[in-house]
Amino acid sequence: MSELCAAAAADPNEKKIIISHLKKCFGDHEVLTDINLEVANGEVVCIIGPSGSGKSTLLRCINRLENPTAGTIIVDGNDITDKKANINKIRENIGMVFQQFNLFHNHTVLKNITLAPIDRKKYTRQQAQERAVELLERVGLSEKAASYPGELSGGQQQRVAIARALAMNPDIMLFDEPTSALDPEMVGEVLAVMKELAAEGMTMVVVTHEMGFAREVCDRVIFMADGLIVEEGPPDRVFDAPKEERTRDFLNCVL
Amino acid sequence: MFEKATPFILEGFWLTIRISIVSLCLGMILGLITCLFRMSNLRVMRFLSSVYIWIIRGTPMLVQALIIHFGIPQVVNLILKTLADGGDYKKFTFTAFVSGVITLTLNAGAYLSEIFRGGIQAVPVGQTEAARSLGMTAFGTMRKIVLPQAFKIVIPSLVNQFIITIKDTSILSIIGLTELVNEAKQYVGSTYQYMETYLFVAACYLVFTSLLMLLSRFVEKKLKYAKK
Repeated sequence: MSELCAAAAADPNEKKIIISHLKKCFGDHEVLTDINLEVANGEVVCIIGPSGSGKSTLLRCINRLENPTAGTIIVDGNDITDKKANINKIRENIGMVFQQFNLFHNHTVLKNITLAPIDRKKYTRQQAQERAVELLERVGLSEKAASYPGELSGGQQQRVAIARALAMNPDIMLFDEPTSALDPEMVGEVLAVMKELAAEGMTMVVVTHEMGFAREVCDRVIFMADGLIVEEGPPDRVFDAPKEERTRDFLNCVL
Repeated sequence: MFEKATPFILEGFWLTIRISIVSLCLGMILGLITCLFRMSNLRVMRFLSSVYIWIIRGTPMLVQALIIHFGIPQVVNLILKTLADGGDYKKFTFTAFVSGVITLTLNAGAYLSEIFRGGIQAVPVGQTEAARSLGMTAFGTMRKIVLPQAFKIVIPSLVNQFIITIKDTSILSIIGLTELVNEAKQYVGSTYQYMETYLFVAACYLVFTSLLMLLSRFVEKKLKYAKK
């Protein structure tokens, strides 16, 4: 299979994301207290934790869908918390996959994938279409190019959403609970695509409740609670020998 | 006998159609701009659009038409006279058509802007987030993702407003616009055929609005997000 993401041959010493002292409040409510996190090139990081622990908010700060209250986030060497940063340009390099898929309802599957690359002049119409066809083949949905999102199952929609994010040829992929809205029998097909992506060396940050995926695929697990990173480490260590009480409690509930 | 009147009344009907279409097209543009102002981050813009909507919604269109047709030219002429300083100046007037278009556009624009706003807010925020996460600008997202979906959502309310505007053209007979009702009134004045004439007028409106309803049904079907 051809390499569709250019993230391969990663230098593991290069930091793709550097988050320091990140704080995020919604009104009076402090969702993220003090987050420090680095993600290396080609690394797959899974964020786990109870609901309301700030996992999704942290992820959404990385491409500034949420504006941080304090702290800095450096992505690919660009400080995205800087008001002068060209956030649209930076976002082109950060793909995001949402829990609710968020495919554009008013466009066909093909157009969903080609729209942004053409709009942002990343590719010509023809290049974008060729790429979309390749990506659809890769997620196993070639025959759905002319369908509308409403005609697809949840699993199919999420695979299209991954293809759409990859169409911009990003260095980093963010996944916000990508399988939480899916029927159980469709979870596997989406995880399979993500696994392949991880194997190709894509830098990934995945908020997930799929502990099996976290254990098998990711390089590092981060356990969050109450707006803080409580514990982090290699999946085997965190899952089999958690150091923190909170991590143990959480894992006892979900495993 | 009725046949003699038909050409006049049809001429009035034609004017009603023309002024409705022109005003609705301009009203759509004004409505969209007002709506974007209303949703803007800038307070001045939000304030301006709110004041505009407040005035239009809170006063009768009849009074607005009178102010625009008679009031504004009077003020302009006063200013021109002062500027001319006793010399000659060209008297400024609005034709009934121009005043009519301004009145209808201002009205339709105010109501349409609220309809558009509702439609835009009805598009799930995830659509915007997805587009922005791909690097698309706020403007590009609005144009290619949000507005097309909002448009589909508002078609029924849009048609409703179109119909209201079409019927409101009859109010413009007050400023002497020789539209459908005005022509009919003049005809009735000499023939006293009230029932026939006004039934015919009603039928004209009904034909126009029915065509519009058919068109909207067609467009709605066309915009279904699915293969046939």
